[in-house]
Amino acid sequence: MSDVVEKTLTALPGLFESQTGAAKITNRLRQLIKSITELTSKHEEENLIKRELSAIKEQVSSPNTTMKQMREIMVRAMYCEMLGYDASFTYIHAIKLAQQGGVLEKRVGYLAVSLFLNEGHELLLLLVNTVLKDLQSTNLIEVCMALTVVAQVFPKDMIPAVLPLVEDKLSHPKEIIRRKAVLALYKFYLIAPNQVQHIHAKFCKALSDKDPGVMASSLHIYLQLIRESPDSYKDLTGSFVTILKQVLGGKLPVDFNYHSVPAPWLQIQLLRILSLLGKEDQSTSELMYEVLDESLRRAEMNHNITYAILYECVKAVYTIHPKAELLEKAARCIGNFVLSPKINLKYLGLKALTYVVQHDAKLALQHQMTIIECLDHSDFTIKRETLELLFRITNAQNVTVIVEKMLDFLRSCNDEHTIIHLIGKVAELAEKFAPDNSWFIQTMNDVFSIGGDLLQQDVPNNFLRLLAEGSESKEEDDQLRLYAVESYLTVLKGHTSHLPQCFLQVMSWVLGEYAHLQESVDRREVIRLLTQLLDQRSVSSETRVWILSALTKIPEGQTDLILDLAESLSSSQDTVLRQQAQELRHLSQDSQLREWVLPRGAPWDGIEVDSSLSFLDGFVSEALAAGAAPYKPPHQRQEELCEDRALNLEPYSFSLPVSLSSCSITDRQSPTLLSVSSGLSGNSAELSQKAGSSTLILEGVKRVWGKDGYLPQKEATAPPVDEPSAAVQPASQQEAAERIEPRPEPSTQNQDKQQLASSLFVGLGVGSSVSLLGKSEAPPPRFRKKPRPHESSSSSGTSKRSSDSSSHSSRNTTDSFLYGSFPEEEPATSISTFDHTPKSTTANGLSQNKDTKEDRHANTSQILGGDMVIVRPSTIQDKHPPSVSSDLTALLPADLKDLPHSDVISLTSDPSLSLSSCRLFRDEALLLVIFISNCTETVIKDVAVQLTCEELKTASLRGNVMDCLEARSTSVCHYALLMDDPHTNVSLTGTVSYQTQPGHTNTLPFSGTLSTADFIRPLVVTTEEYGKLWLSLSHDVKQNLKLLTDAGDPLRTTLNALKDALQLHVVDIIGSEGIVACRLLSGAPCLLHCRVNGAALAMWLRSPHPALPDFILYHCQRALAHH
Amino acid sequence: MQFMLLFSRQGKLRLQKWYVPLSDKEKKKITRELVQTVLARKPKMCSFLEWRDLKIVYKRYASLYFCCAIEDQDNELITLEIIHRYVELLDKYFGSVCELDIIFNFEKAYFILDEFLLGGEAQETSKKNVLKAIEQADLLQESKPPGPSPQGRTLIGF
Repeated sequence: MSDVVEKTLTALPGLFESQTGAAKITNRLRQLIKSITELTSKHEEENLIKRELSAIKEQVSSPNTTMKQMREIMVRAMYCEMLGYDASFTYIHAIKLAQQGGVLEKRVGYLAVSLFLNEGHELLLLLVNTVLKDLQSTNLIEVCMALTVVAQVFPKDMIPAVLPLVEDKLSHPKEIIRRKAVLALYKFYLIAPNQVQHIHAKFCKALSDKDPGVMASSLHIYLQLIRESPDSYKDLTGSFVTILKQVLGGKLPVDFNYHSVPAPWLQIQLLRILSLLGKEDQSTSELMYEVLDESLRRAEMNHNITYAILYECVKAVYTIHPKAELLEKAARCIGNFVLSPKINLKYLGLKALTYVVQHDAKLALQHQMTIIECLDHSDFTIKRETLELLFRITNAQNVTVIVEKMLDFLRSCNDEHTIIHLIGKVAELAEKFAPDNSWFIQTMNDVFSIGGDLLQQDVPNNFLRLLAEGSESKEEDDQLRLYAVESYLTVLKGHTSHLPQCFLQVMSWVLGEYAHLQESVDRREVIRLLTQLLDQRSVSSETRVWILSALTKIPEGQTDLILDLAESLSSSQDTVLRQQAQELRHLSQDSQLREWVLPRGAPWDGIEVDSSLSFLDGFVSEALAAGAAPYKPPHQRQEELCEDRALNLEPYSFSLPVSLSSCSITDRQSPTLLSVSSGLSGNSAELSQKAGSSTLILEGVKRVWGKDGYLPQKEATAPPVDEPSAAVQPASQQEAAERIEPRPEPSTQNQDKQQLASSLFVGLGVGSSVSLLGKSEAPPPRFRKKPRPHESSSSSGTSKRSSDSSSHSSRNTTDSFLYGSFPEEEPATSISTFDHTPKSTTANGLSQNKDTKEDRHANTSQILGGDMVIVRPSTIQDKHPPSVSSDLTALLPADLKDLPHSDVISLTSDPSLSLSSCRLFRDEALLLVIFISNCTETVIKDVAVQLTCEELKTASLRGNVMDCLEARSTSVCHYALLMDDPHTNVSLTGTVSYQTQPGHTNTLPFSGTLSTADFIRPLVVTTEEYGKLWLSLSHDVKQNLKLLTDAGDPLRTTLNALKDALQLHVVDIIGSEGIVACRLLSGAPCLLHCRVNGAALAMWLRSPHPALPDFILYHCQRALAHH
Repeated sequence: MQFMLLFSRQGKLRLQKWYVPLSDKEKKKITRELVQTVLARKPKMCSFLEWRDLKIVYKRYASLYFCCAIEDQDNELITLEIIHRYVELLDKYFGSVCELDIIFNFEKAYFILDEFLLGGEAQETSKKNVLKAIEQADLLQESKPPGPSPQGRTLIGF
């Protein structure tokens, strides 16, 4: 360090001398920098900057400061900000400088603005006029500066103001201006896509610009557009291929070369675009094979830049429709990367391999020794990437070794993000490939203790679900549970203070549920261990609840211990604990009641979630009869609150004494009281006090519901995502596992590595002789856990299950982890999900409250037109013509048949299965129905659909797992999807796994897109309600749209066109104005006010949701453009 | 690209350019953490690291670290070359650039960066064109671009 400071200091005088004549003005800055360099402590620096800032403050506010001086001051302010001090008082002066200064001052002013202010900063509004003026300047430099700042920070709302000017610049004679204009538009596209919809044609012009710089800039936009909807740009494939060919052929000016490689940035951009276009599209891919081949061939020079291109090329080759010859070349390329002595290339090689092994796992075999070396690499980054790669090639035979490596890495890692990321993968592998019970439990123990409370909540949930549901054989399940119990007792006997809460929770649940399986252990011992945890201060109150629940389940004849405990807790500060202590006391004294509440060994398959809480119907109707207000869902209450917030035009009534009586009436409309009296989401404490202690039965429910819906235990509200979860291993496989266990031998290191290699890569090259020790053997048949039956809708199990569920109590999932079950009051109200008769209430959370919604429902259907089935115009996402047999819709379950639906489109297919999908529009959700057709003459087994989408929430799913699919038959599964935040397009990906022959699992990936339009529902309001609501909404957007003038009444035609496309509700049309309302599912409303303005339709949108108007506007524009 | 940071071996920030809107507090936190992480890495280690949900690409030139944050699907190698091209541009403009040039003329370094990258994307990759744009703007300046500073350690040797 010292040598650098020294150099800096010795250099200083020279610098000053050389500058004195020229730039006296910058002396203050130099002085400042110099003084800072000389300081030795942070404290001194702070003082110095404080002084400097107060000097600046004085100068900027002095009227005598010239623009020239201001420029210098601004640079000093930038310096102070860079050092981390707040100079926000200069921001406004930066804007002034950009506004008033000459060109030089402007330059600094604009720079300061772009460094100081964020996109959302309010001061930016003051810059708009300056930018407008400069964009129209005749001075090129000023135009450039304005465009540069626009492309970096610009307020989203003000885009319309500058857009026409920026657009004009696209045809400016100077290429630098065209280039900057294109990038400014790219920026606009990123922050407000709907604003630049209409200028797509101009992007096309930029793409064919004669200046390569402008053309290259336009690729940023195209990359983004194509990423969002590749199908709309397939016709440009030819142009991109031609451009890439020209670049490769050296047709560009030499300036664009970088280390004698022609325009590498351009090449990479084009390769990315091509790979997006060619993905899952054979005919488009064929267009690019030749140029990709040439690309691979040309890039032979040994320089980073050629490797960068090669890497992108390899990725493209593996992304598009495969061609054997290219794949082979690409694989060779990867080899060069992996074997390179340069560490950066090695890293990229590993990354490429990770990407590629998904398509071809055998590739990893060729590089096994390198991978092993990388595993022990001193560089954290390399190690982590290697583990990522190993994760992708894990199978039942190498799982123990790979998991071991991952855990080793995690133990030495202290980066939170890495731990969360990797530990989830370990848990996933353990569930999927566990060779035996003890290994599985041990590994999960490690996962819980390493991951601790950083773990995603679904890890412990999945684990517990796995234990609870078990596999086909009860004996095996019990063995697994027994292992868990034994292992946890051992853990609890040791030091427990350092154990993470989630591990303690898992342990107490398991002990509570399954401690009885272990006959050799004294119950008192278990109770003692659990009670001991309660005394620890580090144990959180949530964990205490888990522990107490466990204790509730354990005792039989240990009443004395339990009573002591209940006694000591009954004075706890925590109401929940106190309540549980009460329950504990009751249950331990009344064994019959306990047997009823917590039946031992009740089958898990039968658990029904009756989230409509229909068993409370009696209670509700009583409350209603007693004058309680009906329940309203939270969003509705929210809206009403919004309405209340609007101006109150009625005079305030009466004075205090009278208002006391009216108070009770208004209060009844307040959300809290409302929910209490409706009983559907009552506050537990109040209710329990009112209900007294006689109604123990209700207690299970109470704790779950609170003012905001579900109380803490989130695990159960998570949608039941289906995962091929772990398998419990038959004994025969233990041997296999032992065989591949790494046996560290005291021989040479190399032998060790080979040993490791054989254990890591076993099972990858089935039937190939590449494996180093040549001992790869065919994998034993993997057994799969039986799919979780309560998600299955295949007809085979239905009858049994529905009888099950009618006899069995309906339980709430949230409670099911804490309690075994709780008895229901009225068996008649228990409703089975699997009952395929149409019912308005289903057990998976989509039930409608008929009482309150019926009116609205009726209205809606009226709006939708006489017959309920409206067929949406197919939008972009309907890749394939709806040639697929439309009679598939006949297969829809009866309760869904009446819903409006889209065309059936084909998703994907392979020789055995073909998938198609259809969207059903339900009021509160979008139902995505997937038809799975067996195209073969044989039965397909264990079909499981898995769907992922980050932006959407799955509210429920049905029929995504089937034990078997008969030959030539079709099964239906459907997902109810919710969209909380609007997105233009949402892409879904998923896989179907199935077995055509036992032990051989195939997977078929599919993908698709949904648009916000699918989630828009009409909002039925009267004109008055509309007016009220309009005033209460804050976020608004205005825009002129195309008016459809081809018919008599343009406004009516246009609105009808919008209504057809987007399911809007046209509230009223008065003269040249129309008001329209819609909402996002049953969430945020959006009101549209349309007025005919010459040849355009002036649209004004308002919504409580900040982004919703933009998206609706976007879809309106599209709908009108397509019309 | 999400942001670019230049800092010295002592951890002093020399330049910062943010292409994503973040609060000042976040910026400071990120800078502090990242400078620490990068400085702790050994010279033989690779130039990439996974950090939070981002990929960091960094390279050291003499006493100065250039550090870019990109997203996972971006190409690390080309980012490395973006850094190198930027250093080349600085070198050409200042004439054998050294850390001191950047300290004392940091606003110039920003101007060059803005001509090269705009909004986080490569704007102009032709060295000639970038420098031409800068020189045109500089022509209006009363002083010429600063000459080479004799004592500093140059970032790259040509």
